[in-house]
Formats: sequence, C-alpha cells, structure tokens
Amino acid sequence: MSAPVKLLYFAWLRARIGHAEEQVSLPAEVRDVAGLLEWLRARGPRYAEALRDLSVIRVAVNQDYVGLEHPVKAEDEIAIFPPVTGG
Amino acid sequence: MIRVQREDFDIGRELERLVAGDHTVGGVASFIGLVRDFNLDGGGPRNLTDQVSALTLEHYPGMTEKKLAEIEAEANRRWPLSGSLIIHRYGRLEPGDRIVLVATASPHREAALAACHFLIDWLKTDAPFWKSEETPEGERWVDARAEDDAATRRWR
Repeated sequence: MSAPVKLLYFAWLRARIGHAEEQVSLPAEVRDVAGLLEWLRARGPRYAEALRDLSVIRVAVNQDYVGLEHPVKAEDEIAIFPPVTGG
Repeated sequence: MIRVQREDFDIGRELERLVAGDHTVGGVASFIGLVRDFNLDGGGPRNLTDQVSALTLEHYPGMTEKKLAEIEAEANRRWPLSGSLIIHRYGRLEPGDRIVLVATASPHREAALAACHFLIDWLKTDAPFWKSEETPEGERWVDARAEDDAATRRWR
C-alpha cells in the first residue's frame, strides 16, 4: 500500500457508485488506469455495475483526459465520469 | 475570459463589456444555448415522454475551468481575436433559461464567426458538464450525442 489517491465520480457514475469522492490506497500492482478500473470493479457490485461498459466511461488524471494505459500514482486526483453533455 | 456560475447573465451587458473601448473590433459573434422543453432522443419534439420540465447541470470544479481556458487559448491561437468570452451555468435550470454564452470579437467577421462556432463545438465534447433532465417519467441523465463528436472532429 502506498499514499492514497483521490477518486471522484460524476453524473450517473456517482449515482450508481453511491458517493462522489473517496480516498483509497492502491495496491502496488495497480499501475495504470486499466488496472485501477479492474481493481475498482472487484470492490463490490455497485462498482462492477457502474464500471462495466468502458465505452461510456471517461477518465481524467489530475484534470486532464487520459487513456487506459496512463499511469496512476500516489496523490493523483483521478476522476471517472460518463461522456460530457454540457453546452 | 471564462466564467462558471450558477447565476444568469445579461447578454447585452456581456457583449458590450467584451468590446468596451477596443476600436480594433469590427465584428462580434455570439452563441447562446438555452434549455429546451423536449429531449432529442425520443425522435419528436411533442411526444409526451420527451417533455423536459427542468435540467440540472453538474460539473467538475477545477477541471471545468481548466478545459474552458484551454479551449479559449486554442481559439486565440487559430484566429486573430480581440476578445473572447465563455460563460457556462450550472445548477437547476428551466425551459427558456440561458445555459451558455460564447462570444468572440475580432477585426474581421470570418474570424469571429469561425472562432465562436469552434468554441461551442469544442466545449460540448471537452468541458466536464453533465445534464440530468426532469421528465414525466422521472429524472434521467442525458446521453452524449455522436453528432457532437462529429462536430468537434471537423475542427481537428
């Protein structure tokens, strides 16, 4: 276990997971966004259901859009949300 | 200039302020987005199931301002603008309410019009806002539209 990351959820992902924000300590084997999503899905049925379909999930690390291969590290702010619908 | 706010805005005052005292400006272009009372997904504007009585806009404070500033900087790189303005609201809004104002000022109309179009297209696919609609069947989150992605791709 290392220093925690801050996870943020928005829109229906927040509603399905049940909270907007959490601090979690990631196990050493979680090194990138793909690994993080896989680890989160194993945390419970709410996560598994909310994060099932990657085609409707966007991820930002430290407020920039990133892909599945992007590394995650201690103290990152990682936001997970659906495609945006503003304007 | 970027503003993300709950409050409404006065279009006339904002456009005046954008050009105030700058006599290099030859034209101002603007786009105003409003809350409409129907959802596009149902196929028709007057089906009962498509009625929308209110919208709630959620956003990601911090990233919203960062993305809007990046979008505005990109518009200023591409076109010779004297000024630009993006105001986007969040919170609960009702049909007819203003959601967003994008305005650009330039010595030339082509630059102002193109940059304004670019800004609203880009904003719709990049700025982290989400709409939830109140309908007769309850609340539902608005789905992203493929047409919006296509509109942004034109500018890449």
